[in-house]
Amino acid sequence: MDKSGEAYWKATLTLVAQVLAVWFFVSFGCGILFADALNSMSIGGYPLGFWFAQQGSMYVFVILIFVYMHFMGKIDEKFDVHED
Amino acid sequence: MTLQTMTYLVVGATFALYIGIAIWARAGSTSEFYVAGGGVPPVLNGMATGADWMSAASFISMAGLIANMGYGGGLFLMGWTGGYVLLAMLLAPYLRKFGKFTVPQFIGDRYYSKSASIVAVLCLLAASLTYIIGQMTGVGVAFSRFLGVSNHVGVFIGMGIVFMYAVFGGMKGITYTQVAQYCVLILAYTIPAIFISMQLTGNPLPQLGLGGGFVGTDMSLLGKLDQVVMDLGFPQYTTMTRISTLNMFVYTMSLMIGTAGLPHVIMRFFTVPKVKDARASAGWALVFIAILYTTAPGVAAMARLNLHASVNKAVKMDYATDELRKAAMFAPESSIKYDERPDWMKRWEVTGLLKFEDKNGDGRIQYYNDKNPPAGAVAAGWKGSELKVNRDIMVLANPEIANLPNWVIALVAAGGLAAALSTAAGLLLAISSAISHDLFKNIFMPDMSEKSELMTGKVAMACSIVVAGYLGLNPPDFAAGTVAIAFGLAASSIFPALMMGIFNKKMNKEGAMAGMLAGIGVTMFYVFAHKGIFFIKGTSFLGMFGGKANFFMGIEPNAFGAIGALVNFAVAYVVSKITPACPAHITEMVENVRVPRGSKAVDGAAH
Repeated sequence: MDKSGEAYWKATLTLVAQVLAVWFFVSFGCGILFADALNSMSIGGYPLGFWFAQQGSMYVFVILIFVYMHFMGKIDEKFDVHED
Repeated sequence: MTLQTMTYLVVGATFALYIGIAIWARAGSTSEFYVAGGGVPPVLNGMATGADWMSAASFISMAGLIANMGYGGGLFLMGWTGGYVLLAMLLAPYLRKFGKFTVPQFIGDRYYSKSASIVAVLCLLAASLTYIIGQMTGVGVAFSRFLGVSNHVGVFIGMGIVFMYAVFGGMKGITYTQVAQYCVLILAYTIPAIFISMQLTGNPLPQLGLGGGFVGTDMSLLGKLDQVVMDLGFPQYTTMTRISTLNMFVYTMSLMIGTAGLPHVIMRFFTVPKVKDARASAGWALVFIAILYTTAPGVAAMARLNLHASVNKAVKMDYATDELRKAAMFAPESSIKYDERPDWMKRWEVTGLLKFEDKNGDGRIQYYNDKNPPAGAVAAGWKGSELKVNRDIMVLANPEIANLPNWVIALVAAGGLAAALSTAAGLLLAISSAISHDLFKNIFMPDMSEKSELMTGKVAMACSIVVAGYLGLNPPDFAAGTVAIAFGLAASSIFPALMMGIFNKKMNKEGAMAGMLAGIGVTMFYVFAHKGIFFIKGTSFLGMFGGKANFFMGIEPNAFGAIGALVNFAVAYVVSKITPACPAHITEMVENVRVPRGSKAVDGAAH
């Protein structure tokens, strides 16, 4: 396996891009751009678009950081650049 | 016990707690003053970051603005939380690995130039000072209500207390104090929210209650609120956007990247032991922040409903048909008599932040949207909305409006003060380190002693408070709006420079400096055109642009930071292509920063 600095950086950027895609989709996508369309559906009594803008995005953000942390830790170990 | 005594008691007790902790953890050396020796565990650091982060803007102002903006208020919620995802992935771990403890130090080293460091200091000062203006506005609201004085007197008292408070400790004192402050402010925010959610929906969790049914009817709470506000001529709560979809998009983006560019938040991630902890700290910080932020929409909607209900008796009633309901809303006896107004209104009138003007001379309070008056209001002879409620009072007044017990109201006052003080202290620390360490020690007077460095820092704090307090008397916007401008300034200058410093090995000093100056320049220009030069009243120059507000694609000045950031990236890219390349030892350094292994304890105090 390629353990070079470049390969490590590429793996990092791929993970970041994936997380950012979800980040963008829930907030700017569901919370803003498609909010009107989503409002015709509902979740827990909320119109769905409104829910994404005022509740859902934030839950997803919290999860995203921990997901990132987990997978980034894996990448660090795989490329043997982790601390201690 | 009267409300006033109870408030003194609770606020006094919390202050004693903070001061006690500050004394216990008093900073000894310069290094401790700024970073607490690098030994703060991620969960506690996350909690302290939460307190540092959630300022008067989040605690006192935000829900009030959301109550007014409805769905569009979501831009604050998404903007001020989504930035942590960027921070955790794009900046925190790398800045921690870099191992210096201020943002200008990073910029100066990465861009191998003292001039770049000076530019960073100036951008940092512009953003932090604007941020403190917003805090002083909030502090003024909290103190005026708490002491029963006018808003201006409240601002003056706040200035004194913030100063004493910030000069006391330093980062170590602040970190542990902020853990305590987080606990106070989160209790103060959630307890009344739980009470009110129970009252209105029967569900104790505001996060769920907001989606729940309105007690005593078969309507949902949001449905009821939509109906009430629309009856009174306001736009529908659950769908009203902020100006336009484009503006809301840009505004949210500006707050997000501003979050990741604010020096006092970034500094937090230097205080954790390892790179891994920097990632975890960002995660924990967001957990603690999200507790307040997911509660805020419930607070906002319920406060709005309660506010309307407290002046119009028909609001909470259930009517069989639309006609009956509207008839009742505009019936003379539904509007309460001014003489019989509830006590909370009297208390807030003292501060000057709530005003009544009897426009139709009937001695009753009519509160509605007179820019789009509903037919019923015109027919009933209403001559304009008679109640002016400053949006910044909504959160503090909320428990009073809902008739909650005195200790809850007192707790909210303590929470508001905790929020404002903790953030103001963190910001002042960022300002003082930028001036004393990054400007004087590193650039102008390298042989300065540690003692005079600390002294310079304290003088810088005092000056910032005076300037911010003065501008806070006539703030450019509501607390959260002013803070949004500060985020725009950080977004347009610091974030792009940091991000390019890590993710673009080839970015050189010329590019970074040109980018920062262009980004913050265009943002300041747009903001000042609307709000006055350096926020001084009467110096706005919208006339140059046909006198039309939001002249650039309908984007409001508070949201302009995202555009400034785009300008920053573009200018930096172009300039870096036509100027000498970045030296080899810098590209090596960037490669080294990108991997976690080999992180060492923070240094920087010594040189």
